[in-house]
Amino acid sequence: MIAYIVRRLLYAIPILLGVNLITFALFFLVNSPDDMARMQLGVKRVTPEAIQQWKAERGYDKPLVWNEAASGFHKMSETIFFDKSLRMFALDFGRSDDGRDIGLEIRSRMVPSLAIAVPTFFLSLFVTVSFALLLVFFRATVLDTAGVVLCVAAMSISGLFYIIGGQYVVSKVWNLVPISGYASGLDATRFLILPVIISMLAGLGSSARWYRAIFLEEINRDYVRTARAKGLSELRVLFRHVLKNALIPILTGVVVVIPTLFMGSLLIESFFGIPGLGSYTIDAIGSQDFAVVRAMVFIGSVLYILGLLLTDISYTLVDPRVRLQ
Amino acid sequence: MNATDIVLDVSNLQTQLHTAHGMAVPVDRLSFTIGKGQTLALLGESGCGKSMTALSLMRLLPDVGELSAGSIRLAGQDLLSLTEAEMRRIRGRGMAMIFQEPSTSLNPVMTVMQQLAEVLFMHRGLSGRAARVEAQSLLASVGIPDAARRLDEYPFQFSGGMKQRVMVAMALAGQPDLLIADEPTTALDVTIQAQVLQVLRDLQAQRGMAMLLITHDLGVVSEMAHQVGVMYAGELVELASRETFFSAPAHPYSQKLFAALPQQGVQSLATIPGRVPPLTQDFEGCRFADRCEKVMAHCQSEVPKWSKLSAANGEQRWIRCHLYRETDEGVKTAARVEQVKPIGSDDSISKAAFAKPATIEHDTSPLLVVQNLKVHFPIRRGILQRTVGTVRAVDGVSLSLQAGRTLALVGESGCGKTTVGKAILQLQPAKGDVLLNGVKLDSLDKNTLRLHRAGMQMVFQDPFSSLNPRLRVQEAIAEGMQSLDIVSTNELRQQRVCELLEQVGLSPEMALRYPHEFSGGQRQRIAIARALAVNPKLIICDEPTSALDVSVQAQILNLLQTLQAERNLGYLFITHNLAVVQHIAHDVAVMYLGRIVEQGPVSQVLSKPRHPYTRALLEAVPKLEQAAPTGTRSALQGDLPSPANPPQGCHFHPRCPIAQARCRREYPPLTILENEQQARSQQVRCFFPLS
Repeated sequence: MIAYIVRRLLYAIPILLGVNLITFALFFLVNSPDDMARMQLGVKRVTPEAIQQWKAERGYDKPLVWNEAASGFHKMSETIFFDKSLRMFALDFGRSDDGRDIGLEIRSRMVPSLAIAVPTFFLSLFVTVSFALLLVFFRATVLDTAGVVLCVAAMSISGLFYIIGGQYVVSKVWNLVPISGYASGLDATRFLILPVIISMLAGLGSSARWYRAIFLEEINRDYVRTARAKGLSELRVLFRHVLKNALIPILTGVVVVIPTLFMGSLLIESFFGIPGLGSYTIDAIGSQDFAVVRAMVFIGSVLYILGLLLTDISYTLVDPRVRLQ
Repeated sequence: MNATDIVLDVSNLQTQLHTAHGMAVPVDRLSFTIGKGQTLALLGESGCGKSMTALSLMRLLPDVGELSAGSIRLAGQDLLSLTEAEMRRIRGRGMAMIFQEPSTSLNPVMTVMQQLAEVLFMHRGLSGRAARVEAQSLLASVGIPDAARRLDEYPFQFSGGMKQRVMVAMALAGQPDLLIADEPTTALDVTIQAQVLQVLRDLQAQRGMAMLLITHDLGVVSEMAHQVGVMYAGELVELASRETFFSAPAHPYSQKLFAALPQQGVQSLATIPGRVPPLTQDFEGCRFADRCEKVMAHCQSEVPKWSKLSAANGEQRWIRCHLYRETDEGVKTAARVEQVKPIGSDDSISKAAFAKPATIEHDTSPLLVVQNLKVHFPIRRGILQRTVGTVRAVDGVSLSLQAGRTLALVGESGCGKTTVGKAILQLQPAKGDVLLNGVKLDSLDKNTLRLHRAGMQMVFQDPFSSLNPRLRVQEAIAEGMQSLDIVSTNELRQQRVCELLEQVGLSPEMALRYPHEFSGGQRQRIAIARALAVNPKLIICDEPTSALDVSVQAQILNLLQTLQAERNLGYLFITHNLAVVQHIAHDVAVMYLGRIVEQGPVSQVLSKPRHPYTRALLEAVPKLEQAAPTGTRSALQGDLPSPANPPQGCHFHPRCPIAQARCRREYPPLTILENEQQARSQQVRCFFPLS
């Protein structure tokens, strides 16, 4: 088991290097530092001197990958690639275009992001699995059909509709919770309830339909027939036999997103004015602050790779056939 | 039978299925009883409603199913009047069930203890320590060694036979009055089948349990049953005691089932043309009429009645057939029955004069020579995936086969038979030499090898998965001709496809259909046509009939023999069915754990086995005997060891009844046993060959 994890971690190194190279190419070759400077300065203020100054202030005036002027190791280290890309491996993200420390910013914004993402994750998992089990319990009846129609309808509607509709009805008409905003500590609860419920509802349709398909596949298996032949009740068959087996594919689909919960949700955070990493990314894209976007892309990749690793490990934990062989 | 001894009383039971093709009636007015300690075997082809009968009794029909008429009484209690909650008290306690496929019928993520505990708690209120003690004794009673430790293992850690024992233990945990066994040994090897049947017989004797045994295997029926019921198209067509049935099956369908069994000394097996009719129709006459040789005018228009008649031995039997309608039924029965040859003729093996096609000995070089073939798979472990061991799937196999002859390769599953086939076809990298018509295949480069592929083809076990469902029959058959450039133009290829279809007994119009439109037997014919398309000299048949019903198996075996005679084909016939070997093969090689332990002409090896393993295989085959089951037999104990970790010395010694100290130390060399009367010698790898 430990050998397996070590091997998987070793595999992750070349993948991360690849991700790093590709982000570098995207941010500095496709879009050169000169282009960035022009965009930031605006048409009116662009002069060669202004561009040079802008670049020098942010360390973009060095050569891209190879510094002929420097000597020895500095030929490599005194470059944009080393400063801006390789340093990310040490979680050194540098400063954003407006001069703030990105690392510090990320650490402080992680908390509101997690405050939304973690409750949403568990609530969604609980509600969708229960809803899917309910549909399966009433399979081949009108209730089942109605439930599936509801799922399809729910997943056909844009996520924006849930957000705007929810804000209008719950906050504006009923006046139950604030429309947007955030506070620290326990005070945050009243700001979080609505976004959490709306995120859950927006994802309910597609997940419940998928889980229902998994449950239905399991329920036609031979061991379920055996369980019924023992005289077990349908509920017990569902919860003890079907659920246990169906959780294997469900878990592996769900575990992969756990690390990316840190990244927050782009849409929800922006609409509800939550100062998390999602809205941070959206704001950075809006203001063309590529240093922040680059950092977030890199962190996202690292977390995703971590998610895949966790998936494989959780797979071995829940399935004895994998664990014991 | 005394009324108080009756455990299960089924009368006029009818089950309906509301399918997309209309309403089907897979169980139609079934009536039978089973007494305490008795076994009723339900026999018939697939699709006759046997399993639906079992599910009806348990009231576990699929969602589209419905019990529409009749009554089921278990120990006097009417099951159809019970609520679902009351019925759950019956399932597992009043009657329990075991299923065909033990590897899928157990919950893969629950330990054996957890699965047993459910029954013990639910039906007997046992939990904790008491449940564990009981579970342990249950496992021990079905012959699982080291029961205390194995309770906490998961099903995948058990072998197939052991899993089926766990299923039996689970069924017995509620101490049922009736055990329903649905094809309990069909998925198992013959040696393991013998063990499981023995367990079932012993437990029945101990507990006086009634048993409903569903099977398509006459041998199993003969070993287990007290009563035999034959089902056809949802109806019982014959019901008789075991002795009466086996001395003279009365219904033409029952007689056909016997005649279709592979036998030695029979040129061509009797077959049942056609297939079981779909059960969605209203039948106007006898359901078997379309396939019956003895069909009479009124069979098509008049439904035969379920009537009682006296058999020759004075016992009574039930039958549904117009042949027995007239008065003086006893005489008539006897007259009909004579047409069937007596079953279980004990000396059939020793008959030397049997006809097999193309037994003419050409003194030419052999078609196929395999020398010291080895297929080893590395086992990799650790961070760097270093090789820590090898699975010796095939470990030094040598064979030789001449054109026009059939060499059977037999052994338990996992012994490496199929890997040998794949390695010969060069579909599996292997060490050692494979010579086809004197050409050394393993030394050829890719392109030359491709041309030689025309010389050898394969027919696979499962015709349902071995044909591409998206290719029309014509495309499937023509593909090989096209890629090997055997027939160059499209028109000629189409013409050849039609010829081939006719040769395998299908009509040329079928060329444009897709595989799913055919029955299992027809699909296997298509697979054979596909193999023949490139004019091979060698066909490797990998269990070509084991997924088929007996009647269909007979058709395919006949077809293979005819084709062999016409085209002088050499067959390497991979199978575990010794009756088929006896019928179709000239030579036989017995494989055990990657090596051949005995080899020689079929007539010699099967009548006078010299290796204890061959003898054990032969003894494990259920015999069709008129006499009642004889109780205990010396079945081969234990399972096939893992080829990754074979036993020291002779691989067979842990299971061998005559093993001695020397067998534990060294692997026996090849001994050639000369025989004056036989042109071909018998070879055996045993220090102490049987005499």
